[in-house]
Amino acid sequence: MNYDVVIVGGGPAGLAAAYSCKQEGIDSILIIERDDKLGGILNQCIHNGFGLHTFKEELTGPEYAQRFIDKVYEEKIEYKLNSTVINISNDLKVTYVSKNDGLNVIEAKAIILCMGCRERPRGALNIPGYRPAGIYSAGTAQRLMNIDGYKIGKEVVILGSGDIGLIMARRMTLEGAHVNCVAELMPYSGGLKRNIVQCLNDYDIPLYLSHTVVDIKGKDRVEAVTIAEVDKNRKPIPGTEIEYKCDTLLLSVGLLPENELSRMANIELSRVTGGPVVSDSLETNIEGIYACGNVLHVHDLVDYVSQEAGLAGKSAAKHVKAKNASHKYIEVVPSNGIRYTVPQKIDVENIGDNVILRFRVDNIYTNRSIVLKYGDEELSRRKKKVLAPGEMEQIIIDGQTLNNIKGDKLEIFTEEAN
Amino acid sequence: MLYDVVIIGAGVVGSSTARYLSRFDLEIAVLEKEEDVCSGTSKANSAIVHAGHDAKPGSLKAKFNLLGSKMMEGLSKELDFSYKRNGSFVVCFSKEDMPSLNELYQRGLENGVEGLEILDGDEVRRREPNLSENIVAALWCPTGAIVCPFELTQAMAENAATNGVEFIFNTKVEKIEKKDDYYLINDSIKTKAIINCAGVYSDTIHNLVSDKKYHIIPKKGDYVLMDREVGGLVSSTIFQLPTKAGKGVLVTPTVHGNLLVGPSATDIEDKNGNNTTSDDLSMIIDRAKLSANNIPFNKTITSFSGIRAHEEGGDFIIEEATDNFFDCVGIESPGLSAAPAIGEYVSELVSKKLNASKKDHFVGERKGIVKLSSLSFEERAELIKHNPSYGQIICRCEEISEGEIVDAIRRKPGATSLDGIKRRVRAGMGRCQAGFCSPKVMEILSRELGKPLEEICKNNPNSKLVIGKMKED
Amino acid sequence: METKEMTCINCPMGCQLSVTVDGDKIQVSGNTCPRGEAYAKDEVTNPTRIVTSTIQVSNGQRVSCKTERAIPKGKIFDVMDEIRKAKANAPISIGDPLIKNVCDTGIDIVATKNIK
Repeated sequence: MNYDVVIVGGGPAGLAAAYSCKQEGIDSILIIERDDKLGGILNQCIHNGFGLHTFKEELTGPEYAQRFIDKVYEEKIEYKLNSTVINISNDLKVTYVSKNDGLNVIEAKAIILCMGCRERPRGALNIPGYRPAGIYSAGTAQRLMNIDGYKIGKEVVILGSGDIGLIMARRMTLEGAHVNCVAELMPYSGGLKRNIVQCLNDYDIPLYLSHTVVDIKGKDRVEAVTIAEVDKNRKPIPGTEIEYKCDTLLLSVGLLPENELSRMANIELSRVTGGPVVSDSLETNIEGIYACGNVLHVHDLVDYVSQEAGLAGKSAAKHVKAKNASHKYIEVVPSNGIRYTVPQKIDVENIGDNVILRFRVDNIYTNRSIVLKYGDEELSRRKKKVLAPGEMEQIIIDGQTLNNIKGDKLEIFTEEAN
Repeated sequence: MLYDVVIIGAGVVGSSTARYLSRFDLEIAVLEKEEDVCSGTSKANSAIVHAGHDAKPGSLKAKFNLLGSKMMEGLSKELDFSYKRNGSFVVCFSKEDMPSLNELYQRGLENGVEGLEILDGDEVRRREPNLSENIVAALWCPTGAIVCPFELTQAMAENAATNGVEFIFNTKVEKIEKKDDYYLINDSIKTKAIINCAGVYSDTIHNLVSDKKYHIIPKKGDYVLMDREVGGLVSSTIFQLPTKAGKGVLVTPTVHGNLLVGPSATDIEDKNGNNTTSDDLSMIIDRAKLSANNIPFNKTITSFSGIRAHEEGGDFIIEEATDNFFDCVGIESPGLSAAPAIGEYVSELVSKKLNASKKDHFVGERKGIVKLSSLSFEERAELIKHNPSYGQIICRCEEISEGEIVDAIRRKPGATSLDGIKRRVRAGMGRCQAGFCSPKVMEILSRELGKPLEEICKNNPNSKLVIGKMKED
Repeated sequence: METKEMTCINCPMGCQLSVTVDGDKIQVSGNTCPRGEAYAKDEVTNPTRIVTSTIQVSNGQRVSCKTERAIPKGKIFDVMDEIRKAKANAPISIGDPLIKNVCDTGIDIVATKNIK
């Protein structure tokens, strides 16, 4: 089997990438999805708040997904469900398995990685205590409730104030459970402000910053969870323990891009994002393999995932149509408060109309300027009253400007604003 | 019905004993208080087949360790479980401790351990480049090995079941009465003989029938398990030479390629107290750092704790305690290594006492659950053609298919819980620790067992995963 | 006279707002932009929220749903009671009303997922 473009994953990134690829005139596209329907994790995100940027209205997850699924249907883009990619090679062969097709190898001219991300488990935090039933990552709980229709517990403690944790605090409250508190290790929340207000404050659920779980009791099912305040080094402070009798502990302690397949293809991964290192066309170090969405870096808004996937689709299409372009990369170097950028490098010989630089800061900052420097020239300086790690930022750089300057690196950093 | 033999406990010792005893013409049942085999000490340990240099010469520990270690490789082929002879080092950090290292070497020789060598620090680091500069010498034991304790126990149990042994789960032995020519267990189960393989509870069981009282002190050991990505840090098992500062912790690859560090050794009161504690976890992390450089603790996927059945006397107790009541008491480390030898020995002891003869049609071999991810693409394609459910991936981290999970459930004794699946096929054992696959595995369990999903448990029947359907209360 | 403290949710700044209600007069302080003032006024006079959940479908599945527009915040749990009692019949398309005029709010509960 041969396809021009194979898209691994039929979630929001995969759907948008496929659609954009098709818009660019590529007809031979295949989406491979491991679940039994398209839409990915959006199917279980039944809350509203999606699509304000893309559709100028507030949609729920399933509605947002359906808009893109409909486009895939209309454009008659091929897709396979219940099919899992088990290998990607650096010569662009994709191996997948399914009940219906058995094991198949597809040769592609371009591949777009859209595998999304996974939740960090309890083990990654070394939380001591027992290992009973009733400890769920927030996303697993969300699936059991919203897709499968089961109640998972009555008395709840949530560790981690990531968005899924906050959303699940409200969801469980609405379904009759009592959420005792949300504990957050960091001195700030990793979730969106709006979720803290509408999911916690609305229901009088306390948020304890600089707190973590120090003990889990219960040999069969969770019986109690103890939280404690942590010091500057994130070590629990003795004497600050509070024990909650509960039957459920939800963990919302971070998301990790899922890159097993990327590793198989020898794709270079970033230590900071956990996703591939990409150029401004979202191409990885392996020519013809692109990445977008949460497999690239974890987003907080799906709108940006769709946008990014649109670019990946466009780039893949361009690659299929015109191979053997020459490249010259310059690095994007983040420092002084900027944790990472995507892309990490820019192909100065193939700059498009503009370059979108997405990034996160490494701490809460107030009154800072974000400075962009190319060679000796300052490209932009933007003053921000507040910067938070939980909110992804972006700068759009005019392609023409970049073309006019020569330099060997693009620097981005924050500076005290005056 | 009157059994010839009831074995109490379906851990590695009980299952091994069942397997070897099933060579004889006997009616045998295994009683287990949990829902599955391998649910106590056998499920949470270092997964090591010790070479046999630790125990005091002449002790049962020394005898059965050496025998077990010699049996293990052959057995792994007969019963198809994961085993790897990767060799082990006992590393020594100071010149002052060299006499102890030599003593260990001598003890090993006396116990009959083959191939022992004392190597200097540079040679050790040449063989294991990630080991610390502070190592001055080490005892090299080429016969040290690693094994999957789950597979070993399941293999023994399945093979026993194939040969007619009955497994009865969720049955805790509370009462044993001696009648004229049989024992009555829990007022309902009759048997001519009992073999006590109850692990940390082996004292309780023994004390139900004997006036000579034993006392097991539960000893807790915490472990940290790291991602398969980093399992290659060391290729052999790295022990630390016990010193005044403590027994030391090990750093080892597992047969599945993870990196394992631990254990602590803390006496506790509660025989079920398998909770990890931050003190123990930080202790093992700090100690492990002495052995190897750059242990990637940021790749930790889980931590767990196991409880060892330490009897006050210090040695294994393997004997007929009173008329037709046989003990395997105090089987702590090196119990896993010794289990096959203990099982074989006890089966001889019991069969002789009951005048049992060998069966004509004993099936000595067992085939494990196919491991899809270890097959070539051609083999996988063939397998899926034959059974399409091997084409549906359920656990994405460990790449486990529906076919493997269904096989784990349908085996005898088969998995009935999420943990049972995890220990048989590793679904949920990977880096997401069951986040994605648990709803799907629960669904398959529910379908295969014909039980509503609300009744599917993590392990025992009190460990319910969901509390009900979402509808009006 | 009553004073309420709240966090503005319009942007990442999350301004701490202080709202003083004195009869018809509402005074907002702490905001840095007009959006903050508008948000605070709504929050003290008529706070509203969109409620999302799932409804049982006769075929055993569940369909996700939402209030078509924001409902008064005080009615959230009443609406949830109605949602729990409701049943829907397949096929269902996104936007189909599943409960009309829920709790006399004048607002329908609509499906947010297609069910065949």
